[in-house]
Amino acid sequence: MVSPVAFENRGLEKHSLSDCREAYARALEEMAEEDGRVSVVINDSLSSAKMKNFKAKYPARFVNVGIAEQNMVGVGNGLANGGMIPYLCGASCFLAARAMEQIKVDLAYSNANVRICGMSSGMAYGQLGPTHHSIEDLAWMRVLPNMTVIVPADPIETAAVMRYSIEHKGPMFIRISRIPVRVVHSGDYKFTLGRAVTLREGDDVTLIANGVLVSRALDAADILASEGIQARVLNMSTVKPLDRESIVKAARETSGIVTVEESLVAGGLGGAVAEVLAVEHPAPMRMLGIPDTFAPTGTAEFLLDYFGLSVKGITRAALELAGIGA
Amino acid sequence: MLREELTEREFDKVSLPEERAAWLQKKANWIRLSAMTMTHHSKLGHTGGDLSSADILATLYLGQVLHVDPDQPHWEQRDRFVMSKGHCSGAFYSTLAQRGFFPLDQLKTFMDPLSMLNGHPDRNKVPGVEANTGPLGHGLPISVGMALAARMRNEAWRVFVLVGDGELQEGSNWEAAMCAQQYNLDNLTVIIDRNRLQQGDFTEKTIRMEPLADRFTSFGFAVKELDGHDHFALLDAFTRVPVETGKPTCFIANTIKGKGVSFAEGKPAWHHGVPSREQLELAKKELGVEVTW
Repeated sequence: MVSPVAFENRGLEKHSLSDCREAYARALEEMAEEDGRVSVVINDSLSSAKMKNFKAKYPARFVNVGIAEQNMVGVGNGLANGGMIPYLCGASCFLAARAMEQIKVDLAYSNANVRICGMSSGMAYGQLGPTHHSIEDLAWMRVLPNMTVIVPADPIETAAVMRYSIEHKGPMFIRISRIPVRVVHSGDYKFTLGRAVTLREGDDVTLIANGVLVSRALDAADILASEGIQARVLNMSTVKPLDRESIVKAARETSGIVTVEESLVAGGLGGAVAEVLAVEHPAPMRMLGIPDTFAPTGTAEFLLDYFGLSVKGITRAALELAGIGA
Repeated sequence: MLREELTEREFDKVSLPEERAAWLQKKANWIRLSAMTMTHHSKLGHTGGDLSSADILATLYLGQVLHVDPDQPHWEQRDRFVMSKGHCSGAFYSTLAQRGFFPLDQLKTFMDPLSMLNGHPDRNKVPGVEANTGPLGHGLPISVGMALAARMRNEAWRVFVLVGDGELQEGSNWEAAMCAQQYNLDNLTVIIDRNRLQQGDFTEKTIRMEPLADRFTSFGFAVKELDGHDHFALLDAFTRVPVETGKPTCFIANTIKGKGVSFAEGKPAWHHGVPSREQLELAKKELGVEVTW
């Protein structure tokens, strides 16, 4: 297994940041308390999936399959067949990639009520390198029929998505980041599947982000406002099914769309938004994310900046679309 | 046409083991001819494995080993059977139809456009199918999950899974086997259709499986070898699981690929051979049954 990664919070107040993993783990424990069908499967990921408390509280509904992701996904299908609601919790890089055929057949094609919690997704593992990055998972999951794909933006949304997941029919992939983020949703936030959340109104340009980059998009919108540009900020936490309506509306009402994601833009959020626009309402776009490459060595923070996913990078792309600066 | 003749009540009425075995033989041969007829119709199928697994399937479903209810395919307390070698769908569908999960005449539509009977089973379309299989090495992990679910729910239903021998070359099976041992899943029974052939060649000439019994024993299973065409032995073994309390069971059912049909027996080419009309007639004669759906 991997060792924890130190994360530098340059330019942001440390006390105001939190990790989505705590919210996900706490939600799972509460859900297990209320519903006897909630069960957890890990692949030796006790600490990386934050499941120590769950194991201690609900040992009978906790399975550690060891370092064996193919079996892990099959076990998930079997548990669901037997009436349980299993959550498969492990590092996204190993779980999504190693068990892809099982995810396709045992979960997506079977339309099984199994939830994959892809931990420490994106480039959170920083300098551990591309083997431990999971920048491909959105593209892989998004093409699977029946699969629902969600990338929560903060701990509040993470908990809300977990709560929602218990009622959902069919398989889900939920990306749980380990990069500390600022809270962007209020305490009474209600998650609605397939509905983008408008975090800021604006009619000049639109920023569509998800996951840990939503707070950066909001910061970029602040800077843009100081330049006299009103940016609409959409949190597109549901990558599939996609909120086509909000995307088309944004394309109609603003000068263009910047997508911001911690994943490969090909097949990721950028690709998904572009597919909608190309057919329904062609509009200028900038797709911020990781281009067709594996990341160089660096901390998660460094890599986000390196790929232009900084507040500055997002601001610059928006200015280009608004016709100002270059 | 045979279903009425072979209901579970009648099976239960017959008490002599020899009579039960003879009955199951007839049913298994019907499954064989039905599967071959389906393959003849669709021009696609896996005759060799259909024929090697027919006796195992007949014993499980028609010999009343599995506690299932065709009228309530999703009855929560049912035993689960996973057909991990999903490519032998001809035999599997014929068995399910014979057991009453869907009308026999549905078998006519095997692999037809929009038929529920795809080349590989789909649990969301075919009543009685528990898992979508086809790619090999999926059934055992799924079965381990089912057995764990029964444990978590403190329920008495059991899990049976039929795997091919060549299929065991997939590493996922051994991940699952380790898990079954770790969790002492004695509600899990793995049946290996040991026909010694895979698509391209004999298993032992490809990636050898032996010592197969020792391998499963070392993975913590209680292992028994038996003749996979001996209904008496199959029935006896299947109704006495687990072989050992606290351990998953593994039956190595020694079979002959293409069993029961002279021109297909032991021939690698019949892995997915398609019988001609003449061959179908010959098979009918050799198997001594009729299929009229």
